Amino acid sequence: MCRIGSIKSKRYIHPSLALKLMRSQQKGHDNSGFAFIMQDLGGIFENYKDLPILSMAVTDEGMKYAEDLLHQTGFVRVFQYNPEVYPDSSLKIETMPNYVFEVFQYPKNYKNASREEKENLLLDTRLKLRSYLEKNEEGFVYSFWEDVISLKEIGNPNDIGKYFNLWSEEVNLKAKIITAQCRQNTNYDIVRYAAHPFFLQGYTTLTNGENTFYEKNKLMQQKLHRGYIGFESDSQCFLYTLHYVHKILKWPLKYYKHVLTPLSFDEMEKRDNKNVLERIKASLSNLEINGPNTTIGVLPDGTMFNVIDSKKLRPTVVCKDDDIVVMTSEVCGANEILPDRDITKDIYTNERELVVVDNDLNIQRISQ
Amino acid sequence: MTTVNINSISKDDLPWIIEYDSEKCMLCGHCVAACSFGAIKVDVQKRKKVRAISNEEGFQIDEDQKAIPVIRQVIDAHNFCRGCGICTKVCPNGAIKVTRNRTEIFGTRFRAKTSESVKRGGRSNLHTEGRTLDKIKVGRISQMTDPSLDALRHTFDLRTNLGRVVSADNLDFEIVNGELQEKPNEDLPVNTSIYPIMFSDMSIGALSPRMWEAIAIATAYLNEVKHIPIRMATGEGGIPDKLLRSKYLKYMILQIASGHFGWNRIINSMPYMQENPAGILIKIGQGAKPGDGGLLMAEKNVKLIQEIRGVPKADLLSPPNHQGLYSIEESVQKMFLSMNCAFRFKVPVAIKVAASSTSVSVYNNLLRDPYNIVGGFFIDGLQGGTGAAHEISLNHTGHPIVSKLRDCYLAAVHQGKQGQIPIFAGGGIGMNGNLAADTFKMICLGASGVFIGKLILQIAGCVGNDFGKCNGCNTGKCPVGITTQNPKLMQRLDVDRVAENIVNYICATDIELKKLLAPVGNSTLPIGRSDALVCVDKNVAERLNIQYVC
Repeated sequence: MCRIGSIKSKRYIHPSLALKLMRSQQKGHDNSGFAFIMQDLGGIFENYKDLPILSMAVTDEGMKYAEDLLHQTGFVRVFQYNPEVYPDSSLKIETMPNYVFEVFQYPKNYKNASREEKENLLLDTRLKLRSYLEKNEEGFVYSFWEDVISLKEIGNPNDIGKYFNLWSEEVNLKAKIITAQCRQNTNYDIVRYAAHPFFLQGYTTLTNGENTFYEKNKLMQQKLHRGYIGFESDSQCFLYTLHYVHKILKWPLKYYKHVLTPLSFDEMEKRDNKNVLERIKASLSNLEINGPNTTIGVLPDGTMFNVIDSKKLRPTVVCKDDDIVVMTSEVCGANEILPDRDITKDIYTNERELVVVDNDLNIQRISQ
Repeated sequence: MTTVNINSISKDDLPWIIEYDSEKCMLCGHCVAACSFGAIKVDVQKRKKVRAISNEEGFQIDEDQKAIPVIRQVIDAHNFCRGCGICTKVCPNGAIKVTRNRTEIFGTRFRAKTSESVKRGGRSNLHTEGRTLDKIKVGRISQMTDPSLDALRHTFDLRTNLGRVVSADNLDFEIVNGELQEKPNEDLPVNTSIYPIMFSDMSIGALSPRMWEAIAIATAYLNEVKHIPIRMATGEGGIPDKLLRSKYLKYMILQIASGHFGWNRIINSMPYMQENPAGILIKIGQGAKPGDGGLLMAEKNVKLIQEIRGVPKADLLSPPNHQGLYSIEESVQKMFLSMNCAFRFKVPVAIKVAASSTSVSVYNNLLRDPYNIVGGFFIDGLQGGTGAAHEISLNHTGHPIVSKLRDCYLAAVHQGKQGQIPIFAGGGIGMNGNLAADTFKMICLGASGVFIGKLILQIAGCVGNDFGKCNGCNTGKCPVGITTQNPKLMQRLDVDRVAENIVNYICATDIELKKLLAPVGNSTLPIGRSDALVCVDKNVAERLNIQYVC
């Protein structure tokens, strides 16, 4: 089973905080992997907020292909960061030859391009790159987006932290939003792509649970958008549904909950907006989830939220102090990094609500 | 010496042989009175015993002659025993019973004697292959990876859609103060939520008014009291005025078939309707006799039926086709559009076809309907029952429902339109008595719901089965009052009791459906969730694209 956690902070924080958040929850996972996504970056990436960053783990051959492709597309590299690694035979980790975070300038012909055109370019470039690397087993590309870096690795989270020196609070990597998950996806094959958090065009999700409507979700999503690919994990479906509801349909976030876990027909009948709710339930019944789940998500504007299944079978706690909000599977993780908070203000998300944290760390509980 | 007439039908040609024990018989006559087919009669048996008694003078002849009243089987091409077993039921002493004649020669003799096609009711009686649904198991049980739900304590939402569902990007909502709202003049197709099991279309005419009434009462009770939103399709031939103008019309799906019987009355009642019907079902074909129209023998076309349908006393033969429909597109334009218009686009209009090799083409075309007015696709497989059909159709035409449902569902998936025209599947659903299991499996394979017909009759007391027993629905002589218009036979049916049995059966099925949903961890219908199923037959598994297990 996965354990998930996310931290949203007013000040820049280091991934070691995410490692601490997850370490105390290790009884709930199997120490088979660690992955994180950092958004709203500080440290060495703070000056490149408007430029896309490519995060990937590749072979030398893969690296060369990636550079050629980006060059041909017109991207110009302005900064590259290769994290220093600390190999040690005692570490339980399956490494790749190169871990790369590269910042690029958009192609010149995109100088006057719209936001949407740029977003499409980033997506299509990543998909092309992924397709090549996958075909030739030359590596993994996790994200190509502005102000976002991501890393997914197979192994013991503690050891992964040591390998990348993530435990020391050195200044290079910092962000205001960090989402992290421990455990590889052992239901299916061990693949790096199967590890949460999942990311698409500014949207991030990570999920603890089992999506028993995986087949329905997948068959539907495959036809909805070219970016809905992979499906190495049943939890990717949550990301694609979020992307579809919020970005493609442009519906307010609260309707994500109505799509994932629609109200019962009897309950809808009592609502003023029952016509809308019934339409949503009918049209998007294939995107409904069933089974135990909790999902933490981050929107492109930095909003962080949590929704859980309609039977409250998977818990999440939301904890807060003045500077930091933590959402995570188990409260012991939050105790680790927010020991002095007022625990009476902890929120255990209910089955019929959406808990939303804005950029000022105000928490809103929206009833479904 | 009696002449042996080998060309006549004899007792051992008949499909059922009556075994009678005169020693046990107390001559009450109940069996003869109860036999609606006239297949047994009271007769006299001549008994003669001749004894030679020896005495001192030699011997003496003692002749004992008796005429004993007995029950005899009628040997006739039309009034033959159907094996319904009513005689056995009414006999107080167990003096009479029926046995299936395994020679199966009767059909041959019947055709040779009468030059008629064999007709009957019921389902296909040929069992050439095992039942597909019984080879499929619900095999994906939530264990450790996720918890099973609790069928008794958790809530479940057992409803499905009837009506055209549009894709989300066509919903065209507007956002007002952070809320989605329907645009005022937006005309989205009507969509309703109903129970995934439907009472199939059996007409007043095919059924006795009492049987039809019992289903209607059960439907109303299940909706109003049990809150199970089940719907009843009326069958061709219209329904009583009183019901058309009552609030219960909202539970009825009105059928229009190629004979258009009963629609004059429906149209005339429209200004007086309090409620819209639950739907309109355009019947193109049925699984029991695909490519053939409805058939109501004159024997069953009694005064009440003549009034409801607006017809004279005669055999009522609905044509195989809707006259004037020559293509799928045309059917959409003409029938769907006119039916939608008639009810101001407030009532889902669906179509029922017999499963066929062409079903996917039909469904694909309907899915592309640009007007969004096709509200449901009903496919009826070859195990469906009927009130009257030629046996050749029942046994030798048609297409099994399971793979056809799957093909249609996957065709919709291929178009990215699964669920947009809900598929309802029928034809042998629940024929082994396990309605919940069949329904659940069909739903996982892609059905939005199922429809049942013959099973309801069996719940009501139908004594027929799929092994040649009874199946006399076409004769108008139904021994239990279900498919007859004979006032005396109808009296055998207790309307309230039948309604109660139907309600009980559906309530039990509702519990059983939850007992299948809970272990796979679902609280809503897993339409298309084929990963919940496994199959013990490799060929079936491969054909249906589900996991083979052994």
